[in-house]
Amino acid sequence: MLASTVVPPAPIRAEADGLTPYPGARRPDRRRTVDRGGIALCVWEWGDEDAPPILFAHGGFDFAGTYDTLAPLVADQGWRVVSWDQRGHGDSQHGHLYSWDADLRDAAAVLDSTSDGAIPILGHSKGGALMLQLADALPHRVSHVVNLDGLPSARSWPDVPDHHRTRLLNGELAGWLDHRRVAADKIRRPGTIEELAERRGRMNPRMDPDWLRYLVPIGAYEEADGWRWKIDASMRMGGFGPWRPEWSMSRLPSLGMPVLCVLGLDIEVMGWGTLPEDVVPNLPAGARFVPLDGVGHFVHIEKPAVVADLTLELIS
Amino acid sequence: MSTVTLLTHVKVQLALHELRPGTGRPLLLLHGLGEHTPAAVPASASAWPGPVYGLDLTGHGASSRAPGGGYTAEILMADVDAALAHLGPVTIVGRGLGAYVAMLIAGARPELVVGAVLCDGPGLSGGGPAPHSPSVVAPTAAAVAAATPESGLPDPFALVELARDVRPEDYATTYARQALQFSGLDAPLAIAAVTRPPWLAAVAAEPGVVAEPVAAALERYAAMPMPTPTPTPTT
Repeated sequence: MLASTVVPPAPIRAEADGLTPYPGARRPDRRRTVDRGGIALCVWEWGDEDAPPILFAHGGFDFAGTYDTLAPLVADQGWRVVSWDQRGHGDSQHGHLYSWDADLRDAAAVLDSTSDGAIPILGHSKGGALMLQLADALPHRVSHVVNLDGLPSARSWPDVPDHHRTRLLNGELAGWLDHRRVAADKIRRPGTIEELAERRGRMNPRMDPDWLRYLVPIGAYEEADGWRWKIDASMRMGGFGPWRPEWSMSRLPSLGMPVLCVLGLDIEVMGWGTLPEDVVPNLPAGARFVPLDGVGHFVHIEKPAVVADLTLELIS
Repeated sequence: MSTVTLLTHVKVQLALHELRPGTGRPLLLLHGLGEHTPAAVPASASAWPGPVYGLDLTGHGASSRAPGGGYTAEILMADVDAALAHLGPVTIVGRGLGAYVAMLIAGARPELVVGAVLCDGPGLSGGGPAPHSPSVVAPTAAAVAAATPESGLPDPFALVELARDVRPEDYATTYARQALQFSGLDAPLAIAAVTRPPWLAAVAAEPGVVAEPVAAALERYAAMPMPTPTPTPTT
């Protein structure tokens, strides 16, 4: 068995580990590990250990530390916020393989490690879509669902003629296979904190540069030649395979628990391009839908207080 | 006794078995879900004039297991691509899950697959053409621990996940059309399977896909010179 990549863990206390402070950001109070099926998942917690729990799932290519501004706001209102670095992300183990089913099983393992009962769950982007699936699969374990810009729609897929799509796909497939042929030797490119923040800013163009710099020592590790993002270098952005974005949206109407969906209306590179008219027909009875004008995909980072208030209103 | 070569596919070691040495274009056998490469060349492929290989897909036979699972048919397609990088152009016979994977790689690497024969076998249907109701199924730790490459037992995660992977008809036909469009062969896909799950029925209906027994398909592919593939687009 090949050894998984081992990187230094993210700091748990900003003050103690020399993080540049960011207004409103607070590192978690505790860190633990959940191992089910051979993958060690790094779980983070904010708030009183005895408080009622709520589970947060991060988006693709993110890590639990991206909740450092939202989680304290919820924890300070009497909640134990539990999040985890998904396999291959942050401080969790790198997998041999990655799939939607594996992420769902990992999420269930973290849920099992947190509570035996039904608890609220919240997810952003891919994490939001994952939480829809978890709530549909285990409705007896989920009391409330908060979805933060995690409602994929078919709209984000370009409409091209069949013959052109075949040619496009041929290039995509060969490109993906070519990547797999060399991925064993790939490592993330090193750089300074400033350079890593700048690189991340290309995919997160609306983010405050100070926030991106704050994230680097959490989501990256330092070696002699510089900082590298911890995320598994064999992973690529974007989906591959038969999965269709609307399949996640199709879980939404099935949900019987209270649901809150928050959608940023400013379209950006990491988002799904979903519009309110894609969401509204799929809302289950009684669900609350909050579109945020002038806000991008990372609603919880751009507007942590707004999202915290909406979340607390739903779950309290 | 076959000769085994270990190939690296990212974090996985794949066992490529040489079942019969020879010269010329190799025949590559892909097993079904839960199976592994047979100990000897099957009778239906015995007339193949060149060398014969079998690949243990990830989670099967003597290949690595993936801790915590994460199996998809597309990853297994990339397993086969690792074998293509080692062997060069091949003809493929796939059983069950291996038939689906053979169809995928024939579309994704049309210049390296000189015909794929799709046969019945375990895992031919997968999870059907549309998403199933979601469920969280986790094998027991004991079952996972027992399924080592040394034991030969398949990874329970592979059995769970690859019996449920979604195979839309239009997704399958997209691959089939690429094989048809870019391989340079008149009939790059031969269906020997009797069972026709939705993905395979859709592929079978594509003009240029033929239905014929394994031996007949292999005789046809063996007689083919190396084709000149249609140039694939650069992106």
